[in-house]
Amino acid sequence: MSLKKEAVRKIAHLARLQIDESDLDRYATDLSNILTLFEQMNQVDASDIVPMAHPMDATQRLRPDEVTELDQRDKFQAIAPDVNRGLYRVPKVIE
Amino acid sequence: MTDWESVIGLEVHAQLATSSKIFSGASTAYGSEPNTQACTVDLGFPGVLPVLNAEVVKMAIKFGVAIGAKICSHSVFERKNYFYPDLPKGYQISQFELPIVGTGSLEITAEEGAKKTIGITRAHLEEDAGKSLHDEFVDQTGIDLNRAGTPLLEIVSEPDMRSAKEAVAYARKIHSLVRYLEICDGNMQEGSFRCDANVSVRPVGQKELGTRTELKNINSFRFLERAINHEIQRQIDLIEGGGKVVLETRLYDSSKDETRSMRSKEEANDYRYFPDPDLLPVAVDEADIEAIRASLPELPDEKRRRYLDTLKLSEYNAELLSSNRDTAVYFEQALSRAPELKDQIVNWILGDLSAALNRNEVEIQDSPVTPQMLADLLQRIADNTISGKIAKEVFEAMWRGEGSTDRIIEARGLKQITDSSEIEGLIDDVIAANPTQVEQFRAGKEKVLGFFVGQIMKQSKGKANPGQVNSMLRDKLK
Amino acid sequence: MTDSIREIRLGLAAGEFSSVEITQDYLNKINLHNPTLNCFITITDELALEQAKAADESIARGEIKTLTGVPIAHKDIYCTDGIKTSCASKMLDNFIAPYDATVIEHFKRDGAVILGKTNMDEFAMGSSNENSYYGSVANPWDLGRVPGGSSGGSASAVAAGLAPAATGTDTGGSIRQPAALCGITGIKPTYGRVSRYGMIAFGSSLDQGGPLAHSAEDCALLLQTMAGFDPRDSTSIDQSVPDYSVDLAQDIEGIKIGLPREYFAEGLDADIANVIASAVDEFRRLGAEIVDITLPNTKLSIPVYYVVAPAECSSNLSRFDGVRFGYRCDNPTDLEDLYKRSRGEGFGDEVIRRIMIGTYALSAGYYDAYYLKAQQLRRLIKEDYEKAFERVDMILCPTTPEVAFKQGEKTDDPVSMYLQDIYTISLNLAGLPGMSIPAGFSQGLPVGLQLIGNYFEESRLLNVAHRFQQATDWHLQSPEMK
Repeated sequence: MSLKKEAVRKIAHLARLQIDESDLDRYATDLSNILTLFEQMNQVDASDIVPMAHPMDATQRLRPDEVTELDQRDKFQAIAPDVNRGLYRVPKVIE
Repeated sequence: MTDWESVIGLEVHAQLATSSKIFSGASTAYGSEPNTQACTVDLGFPGVLPVLNAEVVKMAIKFGVAIGAKICSHSVFERKNYFYPDLPKGYQISQFELPIVGTGSLEITAEEGAKKTIGITRAHLEEDAGKSLHDEFVDQTGIDLNRAGTPLLEIVSEPDMRSAKEAVAYARKIHSLVRYLEICDGNMQEGSFRCDANVSVRPVGQKELGTRTELKNINSFRFLERAINHEIQRQIDLIEGGGKVVLETRLYDSSKDETRSMRSKEEANDYRYFPDPDLLPVAVDEADIEAIRASLPELPDEKRRRYLDTLKLSEYNAELLSSNRDTAVYFEQALSRAPELKDQIVNWILGDLSAALNRNEVEIQDSPVTPQMLADLLQRIADNTISGKIAKEVFEAMWRGEGSTDRIIEARGLKQITDSSEIEGLIDDVIAANPTQVEQFRAGKEKVLGFFVGQIMKQSKGKANPGQVNSMLRDKLK
Repeated sequence: MTDSIREIRLGLAAGEFSSVEITQDYLNKINLHNPTLNCFITITDELALEQAKAADESIARGEIKTLTGVPIAHKDIYCTDGIKTSCASKMLDNFIAPYDATVIEHFKRDGAVILGKTNMDEFAMGSSNENSYYGSVANPWDLGRVPGGSSGGSASAVAAGLAPAATGTDTGGSIRQPAALCGITGIKPTYGRVSRYGMIAFGSSLDQGGPLAHSAEDCALLLQTMAGFDPRDSTSIDQSVPDYSVDLAQDIEGIKIGLPREYFAEGLDADIANVIASAVDEFRRLGAEIVDITLPNTKLSIPVYYVVAPAECSSNLSRFDGVRFGYRCDNPTDLEDLYKRSRGEGFGDEVIRRIMIGTYALSAGYYDAYYLKAQQLRRLIKEDYEKAFERVDMILCPTTPEVAFKQGEKTDDPVSMYLQDIYTISLNLAGLPGMSIPAGFSQGLPVGLQLIGNYFEESRLLNVAHRFQQATDWHLQSPEMK
């Protein structure tokens, strides 16, 4: 399995990662090698096995519907890159 | 000319009426200062983890039971991955392959009173996103994450509706149901109840569906109808003009009454759903479901049937009174106080009370005239203390907060005159003052009787009992 | 001075030394050796002395909790309220956590003193500690070699005597592998035993916190503090925590220890094989019955792990977007630029590689072949262990296929680096507890032995390790620090 530069570019966009053009080849090689490692999985037929998302066969615990969190905006926003009038700010989003 | 058929499916997002968020202990109250109700979990801080709110599960099951759906014994939360500033974690926790509520259905009253069953594909739990505020700053968008993590039940219908009116009837039915179940406050202005519509058209007789568009940003039933009708027409015009409908999301702009394409989301998304490893499967067993089923209130369809069968109301009145939970509560409270006055209660609720509520833009549960006050008022008509006409005056006074029926009747001296001798005196005075009209009556002009009644009522300031006046007047004029 | 927590506790209680004295002593060693070893990202000297002073006052009042006055270092993956929590990433270089991880709360509750935050592979992704924004960490046994990873700073600090113990996290071997390479003892508990709340996530279904120290006895004490049900973590197990110290000295006569033949096959260094064989003889002398077992799907654990962990991390790391905390690029031109440059500049190479692999494995058209297939094979790996534990009480194998390798030796070849995890990652996939204990040396470098227990059998693991450590002195060896 080998990945082309174009595929790497697409994945990087999906993951919102800026990759320099000059690094694309290197990533393409690295990712292709890793995908080759994955080919071992093809040796086993697992079609009738129930996928396992969690190591333990537990079920979700539920929490009572109670308000337990108090306002800590000042503390949380003290470490934010850009806030104004209590709002986090990002470059203008056009819808 | 081709005849077109429209095909509509709705996705309703109902905010569940919990105190705290779906995965955190932050408050869900509406309208607070920005970001004051966003805790570390809602903000997607590093290392923090979601824990599911029990009430949310209960509410979803309530809805599922009410639409006769199968409840999933092990539903799974998954991550829907995409980047957007109002989505702090970069993924929305939602349900995808195994939603908590499976296939169900709902009966609506379509045009001309015909019943129609609309299929519900599924209903799943998910977290709401925050809000992007585009007008706060010149070059920037402000992000308020108070709404992030508010529990939503997304109810997805089959494409079973064939007109905007049907879609609205379905949306209203869901609205009525979630309010009956007390799982959503239904406030469309505040966004607690949101509808997205999938709309397509096809030539009548064609089996395959046409390409659909998804309409978003619709915050009232009136706009829902307009947006769908507008979109149907746009698609027909487009196709007839040789164009093609493209799969896209369109925003409805109520101020311009038009839909426009949301270009920023045009790019095909690859959401990379996978089971959220921070959350485990939600187990629901039969006993949980049965306990919830037993606790359900009487639902709109059952109520309507009871109004028809037991209370013998007309189809029309039964529908009107049962479709809104608060109207039904009002009706039943008034009825329990004055069971013998059922018809009068129905007429007053659908007549004078509704008119007053509309005029003053008040919801029935906030009516200053309570069900008890209305029942008392109607009792005073029934026992001849006041006439129907005076009752309207008393009603207005009660609406303004002047007190109970009896107090207003007393204070304003509105008690009906039923003393025969007093009425006789009034009749005598009017007969004596109008000899010409007496002659006319005796010459056979029956209509003049109305003139006399009017004069007598006027003299009594409306308080004379009209029935007594009528019969006594006839005797006197003979 | 001693590096044994048990002895520190006794000394503090007996008034032989104060917490301030011993804390200052460790701070001095940190100041002396950290410039060479680079095992700390943040040294919390003022806070440490403040806490030590308060601990001494508690001791004077007779209020002594399990770790009162004992100085500990924490991996910089645990959020610490008011203290920089960087995860060794440029992305979080400016992140002062506004809350404590549950593990940190537990250490505070039990009276421990915090020396500082230790270096690690960025976001715990790595097996050599070379993937840190703050530079690589040296192995105190040979400064030119890696300490292992991702908890390399913790392992190096403990081995070098800069802290008597440290916390770590283990997603695919990140406690056990550096413990092995640095000649110390580390335990990864059963998944769900230690709360993940406030522990910055890498692979959520694999991550588990645990301690690194000099002995099983000390690990028992530390795990006592770390473990426990946490209502803030949905995957935390609501089961009472046993007293891990009470059964330490119990006889292990008759215990059945399995040797998985696949773990002694090709790829294993001959010296390491010899060291493990000697250790096996030691266990025989202690009365253990050695059984040959098979874990046939072990070979699949590398590809399965390197699909599952990156898939989870690709999503877990989406929250680092330059909006609410952490690194934001200069002058973003638009939203996409903000995201792409903040993330592209804020994350290091290995993190970017894993996010991309995970994104790819989950993307439309590849999900079934990679992610879903890996989840199916994951069950086979777990079932291998379930079958094995029907026959044996414990499993024994090497922790790593090689001893500590040279800095830079594997940095250009991610796959060869991934293969270092061959013996450790299957436990994380299965959720089982495992330990690494020093078992000897090869070319003057420590060799680690791995013990794998059944679910929630941490007590048994600690007991077996302790008996071994009572019979041997490998865990008492320490590198000479100049």
